[in-house]
Amino acid sequence: MESASIAHAAHAAHPPEAHQSSRVDSRLLGVLLFIISEAMLFGSFFTAYFFVRVVQGVDWPPEPFEFPVLIASMNTAILLVSSGTVHWALHSIKKGNRLGLQVGLVVTFLLGVMFLVTQVNEYFKAGFSIEDGAFASVFYGLTGLHGAHVFVGLTLLAIMNIRTARGHFSPESHMGVEAAGIYWHFVDIMWIIVWSTVYLL
Amino acid sequence: MINPLRSEEDAFRFTLIVAVLLAPIALVAVIWSTGAALAVAGGLVIGLLVGLFVLRREEPPPKADLRPRRRDGKHRILVVANETLSGRALHSEISGRPPGTETELRIVCPALNTKIKHWTNEEDEARADAQQRLEGLLASLRREGFDARGEIGDDDPVQAMEDALRLFPADEVMISTHPPGRSNWLEHDILERARERFDLPVTHVVVDLARERAAARSNIGASPT
Repeated sequence: MESASIAHAAHAAHPPEAHQSSRVDSRLLGVLLFIISEAMLFGSFFTAYFFVRVVQGVDWPPEPFEFPVLIASMNTAILLVSSGTVHWALHSIKKGNRLGLQVGLVVTFLLGVMFLVTQVNEYFKAGFSIEDGAFASVFYGLTGLHGAHVFVGLTLLAIMNIRTARGHFSPESHMGVEAAGIYWHFVDIMWIIVWSTVYLL
Repeated sequence: MINPLRSEEDAFRFTLIVAVLLAPIALVAVIWSTGAALAVAGGLVIGLLVGLFVLRREEPPPKADLRPRRRDGKHRILVVANETLSGRALHSEISGRPPGTETELRIVCPALNTKIKHWTNEEDEARADAQQRLEGLLASLRREGFDARGEIGDDDPVQAMEDALRLFPADEVMISTHPPGRSNWLEHDILERARERFDLPVTHVVVDLARERAAARSNIGASPT
């Protein structure tokens, strides 16, 4: 009984060590739980989208409006490439290549900015506003929600760029980049789904 | 239990899979129509389900990449048990081996937990219970002269074995369970999974705690007062 209470107290003071192969690091678990909650948020917006489009049978988009599919497709390509560059950045620091990390993070940040600027530009040229019916509300809601996530991702990437410039991160310690990278991939996946459902289908 | 998204690399791979899966849907939507794209999406979902639940089961799992055995004359045994750690049958099986420094024992006690508590990392209680059982067996084995150490493992016993075998170059794996019909581990094919996963001899020890307790009670009743 005494040993049990000692073990219990020790675990209460310090979380159990991450196991060699099976456990998820507690910081990574936090990121994953956060992303799960974000996925649920997107889910509620997609529910609104499917309700408007399938249940109410609203034309998508109704005449005379049109979605800029080509620009959105270019944005998709931009985000996909940025997923590759952030992966390359992390791969570089794991191999001790600091230049690769810096270049990868800067390029990813610039691609993210390009995406956001293109999207804002698209809003100005869309020809309809959020007040033009349910379809417009859902369109701006979904793409705007995603844009906000890109902004958060850019903030994380900016912090990672600053930390990298200050000499942070090493092949052994790079959790910040890892977490930001996972978040960025999540943003990318969400965009692929938004692009497919809202613009293409 | 292995989380499929444990790192940025896993997330990147998942991103590529999503992109590759949605590419044909996007193409069909642009070239033909939304209806055709939805049909492609449905086909992909069915294909994925078939791939995940039908085809994948036919593939034997890959052998674990373990630490190579040492050729120093010692016989190293990895013992995996939880509630049966206190069983006499397990104790007898281990004690039946030649004692002394020639046999090195590593006991792994999976911290059994509910799924909800596992996913929320609430495992202090499960680990404390497992620790208590483990310390009892270790103390007993050490008194008999065995070189025995132990650790708490993952709540999936096969994963716990793999974790331990990455650090401990065992020559044999000994799995202790309740009898068939009462053992949750046997219900989940622990022996078959261990034999598929590890290129090591696997010994199964059945511990019937209820029968051992009944026998102990009858011995106490029969002994002269």
